[in-house]
Amino acid sequence: MNSRSLSYVLAAGALLALTIVAFAVGRYPVSLSEITSLLLGQPVGANVETVVLQVRGPRVLAALIVGAALAAAGTAYQGMFRNPLVSPDILGVSTGAALGAVLGIFLSLGVFFVQIFAFAGGLMAVGMVYFIGSRLRGHDPLLALVLTGVVIGTLLGSAIALLKYLADPYNQLPAITYWLLGSLAAISPRDLAAAAPLALIGLAPMLLLRWRMNLLALPDDEARALGVDTRKLRILVVAAATLMTAAAVAISGIIGWVGLLIPHAARLLVGPDFGRLLPLAMLLGAAFLLAVDTLCRTIATIEVPPGVLTALIGTPFFLWLFALARRSW
Amino acid sequence: MLTVESLAFGFPGRTIGRDVSFNLEAGEVMCVLGPNGVGKSTLFRTVLGLLEKHAGNIRLGDAPLEQLSRSEIARRVGYVPQGHAGYFAFTVREFVLMGRTAHLGIFSSPAKRDGMVAERALESLGIAHLGDKPVTEISGGERQLALIARALAQEPKLLVLDEPTASLDFGNQVRVLRRISALAATGISILFSSHDPDHAFLCARRALLLDEGRVLEIGAPRAVIRADTLQRLYGVSVQVMPLPGGAHTCLPSMNR
Repeated sequence: MNSRSLSYVLAAGALLALTIVAFAVGRYPVSLSEITSLLLGQPVGANVETVVLQVRGPRVLAALIVGAALAAAGTAYQGMFRNPLVSPDILGVSTGAALGAVLGIFLSLGVFFVQIFAFAGGLMAVGMVYFIGSRLRGHDPLLALVLTGVVIGTLLGSAIALLKYLADPYNQLPAITYWLLGSLAAISPRDLAAAAPLALIGLAPMLLLRWRMNLLALPDDEARALGVDTRKLRILVVAAATLMTAAAVAISGIIGWVGLLIPHAARLLVGPDFGRLLPLAMLLGAAFLLAVDTLCRTIATIEVPPGVLTALIGTPFFLWLFALARRSW
Repeated sequence: MLTVESLAFGFPGRTIGRDVSFNLEAGEVMCVLGPNGVGKSTLFRTVLGLLEKHAGNIRLGDAPLEQLSRSEIARRVGYVPQGHAGYFAFTVREFVLMGRTAHLGIFSSPAKRDGMVAERALESLGIAHLGDKPVTEISGGERQLALIARALAQEPKLLVLDEPTASLDFGNQVRVLRRISALAATGISILFSSHDPDHAFLCARRALLLDEGRVLEIGAPRAVIRADTLQRLYGVSVQVMPLPGGAHTCLPSMNR
């Protein structure tokens, strides 16, 4: 077995082990034998069944889906922007989703509508960035997109700040803060049923176009001279990555770093070929977020927001990568 | 293979060259000479359809360029840009395989046959041993050869090389020029630019001298590369010396 296949096997093994651990640990510990019996359909205590299937089940699944989706979107963006330090929210999807959610909370809407607002906000922010960025002619198209993303992101950020300032400090502000920190604690099976298909729709073009994705990592002229209509391909990738990220963010809130760190780590393991990179990044993303979320609900008596933990792990890792950075990737 | 008629080219809103006409037969090598910034790269990018022409006609074989899709162009014309190091760390083999993209369906990945074409391209340039190395970790000369191999993997009828010898050492320059001659002998038309008029003498059947956005002269290198044309192009005085055996070389004068 070569080192590449080994990476997949280890990542899949780690994911499986973490999933079992995630079902087992928590305020109500479940033993390994109880989990095995449950999986085999043998009778177990009603408490065990409730904890594993109804309390931890959706949460574990959510960590897997959100982690994999953020990692996949990050992988696509890092290739497309030819930069390994890019995250899925570079075009403003997270900020847009945050504004949508904050607006929903500000208007005292229910959870369901807050999620719809978040999803729509994410799509609208990226749509706006793409619309404006692609009309700034005479610039490198990617640079124009990134800079528009930064500017629009700042604008949306001030709108969020305004809503926080106006929000009711006792009811709404805590909910806003909680959402902005991200959490998988309150995810219901219905959320998963909505987010998973959307994430899969976003994943499909990435899987199908996995070879062409490689050419997006070349300078624009070269990719076009090799026969790729880069403008169309880029729209498709932006749409797919945005759909995946918006679906994830709408149910989990903003969880940073996963989409930046994981694709990069995967690239270190199997190289930049998108077809090999994507599955590994998704496995690692799912495993990473599951590990983080499991830590979040077990290390202290109160829940630690996962965004805080990913940042604690992410910042030193990012700086380390940056210090190691070669001239080219 | 390539016909260019009264072409005006440049960037959106800024024309930098006009009235350029030439044609290139199968297996013919043409070298474009001209000072920095005269628009050699811009001309090439226009011929490849990467920039829109401002006026005139470009035909690849019988087909007007503007009627061809990106992948149809890529199956006819291979492009060797000026190399640089800013790539992701694809291996040389993966990098050359990218040349096969125009021959693949939109959802396909390269098949065994594509791998063989890429392998042949690597071997023909003598870099098969670099196949597993990342393109970021090979030398500039090797990367230039990898770029040529990638263009050959397109199985093009015309190869456009933008300063293929720039930043190469003397030996690698000669090797690249030899490859150009050998490729032309297989029937591929070649359009390349250079900063060294000697390169036109060494391997081009014709030279195109580009001056202030217009064709100054076009013809056999021996006929158009002269002391007066070089003085006009580059603003320095140069002697064009005949050598024993019929070759020519350019010798700049250090006195003003």
